[in-house]
Amino acid sequence: MRPAPPAVRNYNMDTTKRGLRSVVCVKQVPDTKQVTGDAMRPDGTINRAALPAIFNPEDRNALEAALSVRDACGGTVAVVTMGLPAASAILREALACGADEVYLVTDRRAAASDTLATSYILSQAVAKLRPDLVFCGRQAIDGDTAQVGPQIAEKLGFALVAYASEVSIDEHGLAVARRDVGSGVETTRTRLPALLTVSSAAAPLRPRNAKLLMKYKNAEPTVWSLDDIGADLSRCGKAGSPTNVSRVQSVVLAGGDYRAFSADEEGAKALVAELVASHTLG
Amino acid sequence: MNFFTDNDDISLALSLADMERLATLSEHGFCFAKDFDWAPKDAADAADSYRRVLELVGEIAAERLAPTAAETDRNGSVLGDDGQVHYAKGIREAIDLFGKAGLMGFTLPYKYGGLNMPATLYTAATEIVSRADASFMNIFGLQGIAETINAFASDELKDAYLPDLAAGRTTGAMVLTEPDAGSDLQAVATRAYIADDGEWRVNGVKRFITNGCGDVLIVLARTEEGSTDGRGLSCLLVEKGPRVRVRRIEDKLGIHGSPTCEIVFDDAPAKLIGLRQRGLITYVMSLMNAARLGIAAQSLGIGEAALRVATDYAKERRQFGAAIATFPAIADLLFTMSSDLQAARAITYYAAVCVDLERGLEDKQQSRKYRNFCKLLTPMAKYYSSEMSMRVANGAVAVLGGSGYMRDYPAERLLRDSRITTIYEGTSQLQIVAASGGVLGGTLKEAVEDVLASREWDETLAPEVAKVREVVALIDEAVAFVKTQDAAYRDLSARRLVDMSAIALAGALLCAQAAVCEQKKRILSRWMLEGVAKAKAMHAIVVSGDAAPIAPQADAESR
Repeated sequence: MRPAPPAVRNYNMDTTKRGLRSVVCVKQVPDTKQVTGDAMRPDGTINRAALPAIFNPEDRNALEAALSVRDACGGTVAVVTMGLPAASAILREALACGADEVYLVTDRRAAASDTLATSYILSQAVAKLRPDLVFCGRQAIDGDTAQVGPQIAEKLGFALVAYASEVSIDEHGLAVARRDVGSGVETTRTRLPALLTVSSAAAPLRPRNAKLLMKYKNAEPTVWSLDDIGADLSRCGKAGSPTNVSRVQSVVLAGGDYRAFSADEEGAKALVAELVASHTLG
Repeated sequence: MNFFTDNDDISLALSLADMERLATLSEHGFCFAKDFDWAPKDAADAADSYRRVLELVGEIAAERLAPTAAETDRNGSVLGDDGQVHYAKGIREAIDLFGKAGLMGFTLPYKYGGLNMPATLYTAATEIVSRADASFMNIFGLQGIAETINAFASDELKDAYLPDLAAGRTTGAMVLTEPDAGSDLQAVATRAYIADDGEWRVNGVKRFITNGCGDVLIVLARTEEGSTDGRGLSCLLVEKGPRVRVRRIEDKLGIHGSPTCEIVFDDAPAKLIGLRQRGLITYVMSLMNAARLGIAAQSLGIGEAALRVATDYAKERRQFGAAIATFPAIADLLFTMSSDLQAARAITYYAAVCVDLERGLEDKQQSRKYRNFCKLLTPMAKYYSSEMSMRVANGAVAVLGGSGYMRDYPAERLLRDSRITTIYEGTSQLQIVAASGGVLGGTLKEAVEDVLASREWDETLAPEVAKVREVVALIDEAVAFVKTQDAAYRDLSARRLVDMSAIALAGALLCAQAAVCEQKKRILSRWMLEGVAKAKAMHAIVVSGDAAPIAPQADAESR
């Protein structure tokens, strides 16, 4: 049984009546662990047909964060993706993990969107769901930009907490997040509505549940076109994407010469000094 | 990685089991779909759901459970100063994961939150889990406790305990063994009595209790004062509490993730399950049969893991300028291990199907037929599979050589884990006694013929079928001879009769598999070639009448 939701205040929507509303943005990505020779097209774009499609790893962490907030406070979790109809597979997976609703934004006119256009389209879809909290994976393994989450926050006018590794709601209705900030860990408190990007350091996604798996095995998401989310077409797809990939290079990092250190205390000291000097240590 | 989808032999065994037929029986005409939105709507829907659920089990087993097995083996469980048993980290996590995945109520009815799946599916799931970590099977595989409550307890007890067990919020234990009541459970001395407040209390000490730190304990205790045999025993449900104390946990050879507890019951409050005096003779026997099938499946999982470790190593390890897998001695070892495993799997899944048919078929005569099959096949599957897992794990250590003896590889852990399978839930020697009744009584012959009569055999398989019948004829002769001898000679011959029976039954089942799977023919023909030769040797020993091992002077000479 879930405990009663805490009294939530400090932001504009009365979540005590309808429960905390979370939206998770997810992406179906090519499994870059399975890269073969034909993974890239000559024009520098990804040959998606050559790679199995998977649920982007950090989006799984984001979904888990949303589900655990719901387990603690009540409310609902909706999951949104933008992509081809085949992306419904990860939405069914989200349902089997316990998501309440799933939405697919699919439209030919959204093809070739860069991060700016993608975040615009997703922000339109997310806004339609009127969330208190939005969760995104820190970044997707195909583009590795980590831009879409922050850009959605900007367009929605939500507070942004990036690199979260733990998320909860405190007794005042504030989102409490632990963030990995490189040299340490920072804990933030944020008023809702807020958007959090969640890193792989956060809890792994719970397994699919057998009953939900059977129940939703043929489920179809609510499908939205760009018209359904009221998108301005000039901000979508190629037209809305200022980014152009001009060239993709494979950079092989080659080692230079090597230095030998003697296997005694003096040699060890010299090695450490060298590593400190090169900023490998310290 | 997925331990279900990467194993075609499990899928083959399930396809021959005809899952649509089993689903139709367990779903009672698919009447549950209107009340439970995850219940299948028809046979094809059920078979599809079954496959998806096994894929889920295979994914969790491979991705989450298997990586923790070595550490769990190293660390084991700990009995804390607080009197609480602390599971290894991997086991604790696995209980949580499998609970969240809704896999802890595999065969329980929908109304308690279960999946209402056939025993055959649960057997497959148990094998898959055991391949990842055999010791976690001892918790995953305890779902028979909930089944026992479901089959025999009052609605009140079912409502109180089954939903939590199905959700994985609680775990259970079957509490039977005592220091002086191991194989001989009739000697159980733990006492249960009705206290002044009208409630049952249990007093006594139990030993070697798997997961004895669980929340829901089914305790076999003497309720009839002055009685001395099994008819004075009843089953009681005892909840973990201040009057139930785990006094120690055993330091074991293997399955370190599974805590084996010694428990002291100090006037612990209890509730009677079902009727008095039926504890051993009805309820425990039923529980034990399900548990034996579970151990057979656990053995398959250990065998599968060991075979894969050995095969991978043999392909990579180079000596004398070649991969060792190419050397005939190693190839023979691997082929023998693989056939042994496939034969054990065929017998075990067939036994599981018979359990489902016995439960599901409404036709009394048909149901009785499968009940007889079960009485033979459950102990036979447990005996054959558990002995197989030891042979195969031992073979894996042999293939890895010096590396197999080291803790750097999982082979030695699998060998240690395999050793218990021939002991608990009844030793191999006891399984042989139980199975030999069916061999002597003709059930074995009937079961083999049932498989052989199930289809037409083409010219490639007809010779193998003839060899199966040749082995059956040898069994017939051996049985006829044994029946002219005394009871001691019958017991002495039981192992050979059951071994011959396993050759014949596995042979028949492999024929059926080869009829739909071309690759099986290689295994089948070697199985029957060796099988006929072995059966002839065993036949010769049995019909010789030689009783040297049990002759009175044998004892004196061996000293």
